[in-house]
Amino acid sequence: MTKIKLAVAAGSYCGGCDMSIIDLNELLIPIDEVIELQYWQLAADFKIKDVKALKDNEIDITLYHGPIRTSEHAELAHLFRKKSKVLIAYGACSCFGGIPQLANPFTASELLDETYVHGYNMDDSGPNHMRTSSEYKKGRKMTLPKLLDSCLPLSSEVDVDYYVPGCPPVRDQWLVLIDIITNFIKNGELPPKGTVVAGDKARCEECGREKPDEIVINKFLRPYEINPDPEKCLLAQGLICMGPATRAGCGNQCTGDANMPCRGCFGPAPEVDEPGLKMLSAIASIAGAKKEGELGEEGLKKLMDQVVDPFGTFYRFAVPQILMHIKQKKAKEEKSDSVK
Amino acid sequence: MTADGKKSSKTTNKRIGVFVCHCGKNIAEMVDVKKAADVSKDLEGVVFTTHSNYLCSEPGQKELQEAIKTSKLNAIVCACCSPTLHEETFRSAAENVGMNKYEVEIANIREKCSWVHTNREKATEKAIKIIETKVEKALLNEPLTPASVEVNRTCLIIGAGITGIQAALDVADAGFKVTLVEKSPTIGGHMAQLASTFPTLDCSQCILSPKMSAIAHNENINLITNAEVTSVSGFVGNFKVEIKEYPRYVDPDKCTLCDDCVKVCPVVVPAEFEGGLGPRKAIYMPFPQAVPSVYTLDIDNCLGIHPLICSKCRDACGPEAIDYDMVTKIKNMEFGSIIIATGFDLYDISKIQEYEFGTDVDVIDGIQFERLLSSSGPTSGVVLRPSDHKKPETVVFVQCVGSRDPEHHMAYCSKICCTYTGKHALLLKDLAPDTEVYVFYIDIRAAGRGYEEFIQRAQEKGVIYIRGKPSKIFRDGDKTIIWAANTLTGERLEVEADLVVLAPAMIPSFDTKSISLITKCSLDEYGFFKEAHMKLKPVESLVSGLLVAGTALSPKDIPESVAQGSAAAAKAISILSQPKLYHEPLVSTVDEDKCCGCKVCQSLCPYGAITFDDANKTSVVNEILCEGCGTCVSACASQALILKNLTHKQMEKMIHVALKEEAK
Repeated sequence: MTKIKLAVAAGSYCGGCDMSIIDLNELLIPIDEVIELQYWQLAADFKIKDVKALKDNEIDITLYHGPIRTSEHAELAHLFRKKSKVLIAYGACSCFGGIPQLANPFTASELLDETYVHGYNMDDSGPNHMRTSSEYKKGRKMTLPKLLDSCLPLSSEVDVDYYVPGCPPVRDQWLVLIDIITNFIKNGELPPKGTVVAGDKARCEECGREKPDEIVINKFLRPYEINPDPEKCLLAQGLICMGPATRAGCGNQCTGDANMPCRGCFGPAPEVDEPGLKMLSAIASIAGAKKEGELGEEGLKKLMDQVVDPFGTFYRFAVPQILMHIKQKKAKEEKSDSVK
Repeated sequence: MTADGKKSSKTTNKRIGVFVCHCGKNIAEMVDVKKAADVSKDLEGVVFTTHSNYLCSEPGQKELQEAIKTSKLNAIVCACCSPTLHEETFRSAAENVGMNKYEVEIANIREKCSWVHTNREKATEKAIKIIETKVEKALLNEPLTPASVEVNRTCLIIGAGITGIQAALDVADAGFKVTLVEKSPTIGGHMAQLASTFPTLDCSQCILSPKMSAIAHNENINLITNAEVTSVSGFVGNFKVEIKEYPRYVDPDKCTLCDDCVKVCPVVVPAEFEGGLGPRKAIYMPFPQAVPSVYTLDIDNCLGIHPLICSKCRDACGPEAIDYDMVTKIKNMEFGSIIIATGFDLYDISKIQEYEFGTDVDVIDGIQFERLLSSSGPTSGVVLRPSDHKKPETVVFVQCVGSRDPEHHMAYCSKICCTYTGKHALLLKDLAPDTEVYVFYIDIRAAGRGYEEFIQRAQEKGVIYIRGKPSKIFRDGDKTIIWAANTLTGERLEVEADLVVLAPAMIPSFDTKSISLITKCSLDEYGFFKEAHMKLKPVESLVSGLLVAGTALSPKDIPESVAQGSAAAAKAISILSQPKLYHEPLVSTVDEDKCCGCKVCQSLCPYGAITFDDANKTSVVNEILCEGCGTCVSACASQALILKNLTHKQMEKMIHVALKEEAK
């Protein structure tokens, strides 16, 4: 059997996605039989120059973890796109921006200032201790990649073939991926472009909790404030569970045994563009429902004010479309400015 | 102005016509209609554009129909006034020449453009943009057909006061079967309690009892008293209703109305019908003209329906009409339409502690005074004060008790109190001309034919009207003292009265809330039922086929209640006489492939149109009940709920076009 050439590349990621591959345990054996690794820094000491030396489209499949946070990530994305037949965004960050995209409301300089200038354990030496380049041999300079003003999913930079969402993706998705890989080897066939390797409905479908006929929130609770009834819908208990707006396929990990509300790491449900907005709209609909007259505008406002950190709650894993547009537009302007 | 060479839209095969209306100068003055028509020619799918002086006029509509035929249009955009005005006009015009009427779009360039702007150039630009968004919507519109449903030709009327009685008679006279459900043992409601009616002072019972008797004898009317409606499901034309009929323990077919049971009953309680001023037994008939004419055993006050405890009434009953084994009957019935006429109650005056109602027996309410005036009442029409049964020498009437008091009680005007207090005062003066009669009022509101003159008549008879609201009413020995201020003269007043009659606010009847929950007919801030449109749909609710009439909606006098009863009957008849019912297809639908069954939408639908399919684990929208409001669509986080011809895709494209310039 011919082996397929696989690469695993990464942008700004935490390492969890790599671990999710290692976590496959015995499943790695059949995988190893059909693949030939071209690049995976966790597994062996591959060099970028080796990848650069490959012919275009020589790698069959590349899994890319993490969003595009620095100029280096963007370069890597372009490099692997060029060298691979199939590019798969692997993990919530790569698919939708993930946790790192929460920094999007701020510019790069604001982020650096917050961390390296105003940080509480910084000394008074001012911004001078921020060094983005240094000379390490006579005349040889080493420069850190540039921190971009945005943190966007892989698809904002290059064309992506498939998406494997999750923070991190789970074993069930790998079973599908292995099918895709073996089918590719045997028949050379691939699923349609843009396929998302996950469920095809929203999360609530696979959640076994009992849903009452009337889901109304009169007081918002955060997970630490309640020991939720494990049999009953979490939304009905006052917790903001992203289930209705999130794609199924995670195997009910959080809402199951963990007894925690869904945070939305599987990204938008099929054909939903703005899961955060949709969920906000749903929450606004059920908050104080049927008591609008009683609560009045003031009461409703107070109720909605109980939602702590709306951006981090509703957009925890996916970049809002509007922010994406703004950031991309800015990046374009900057590029054209630098050309001038 | 045909663009002959142009093809229909490639993506959706639409051939769109754009018609820009001048509306005389209304639009044309501020918008360059010719330019708007010219520019629209270049939009995708548009094959015909024109502008005409009055598109809604007969020639305008002819022109529109001609264009549809000659240019083979399958969608049109009319740029004119608000869709609330002429959408239906253009839809039927288009339908008459074979186009699907749901492919007609209105671009409102009058109310939302020409009328509100002063810069012609910018207004024209905006008008064009409005047209563009509608063309974009029209491209993705689908031809729809109204949903049709069979009609069950029966009507349910809840509540048998004068409103319900009138509605039942009208519907029955039109030839439809009516089921009239009343909670108390007899029909007649509050009107049966009244001594006489203003302003003509004719005897209330005398004008009501013929109608009550007609109810009893009308073959089309199925009267169920001592019963409650406990659940309503289904939709217009096909309501499924559960009615709970409580046992009265007396068989109406066997009862001969001999009164033997009443004589032997050992239990005496205050009679509700007499406002508590007279007695009744535990087995009783509320009043002689009661319909159905049968005794009722009041189980709450009876010693116990067990021969070992007391079976005096059963033993006394010659025809063996009394049956202690009667049980509650549950009836499941189907109706085409429902009229709610649940009426009113009086505001609980004991909440107004400064008036001592309930602690001072000589402080009574209007209904109790009616009973004192009534010749069939507890005093046989002689006004005596409850404490010592003496004729009162000074009687004080107080209006606006609990009404027009937004800080403490009800904010609204109870509407009928001014006139009925005038009636009370006048009747009292007639009965006992020497009585000193005072009326405390805030304002006299006696709008209605002959009402103002009626109040003047009372004043001419010597009733003293004082503008001011009593601050305190309290007992002092033999007298009841009223403290007040005359707001016209500024004097402080203290009146020693023998009898005080309060005119409490009319409030929704006790069962209004539960009926609202059962029928999903919404309530206003005070708990009255809410009509679909205050002016144009006064007896319809937001739930199609569900009508509301009388004081269940707001305080009203008898003529208004009767008029509303008839109005609701007419509306019910117009539903029941349809061969089939049609419903606008602009409703929301569930994409079963996307619905995850989170149930978030379930309780939000104001029309009760959403149910849950337990087998498929998805929500289901009932097309007949859905009014297309979109509440569920915005609540659906999975985007599984879609509004027909206003899909997310259409919205997105319209927004895109509307914001196009800014995006550049």
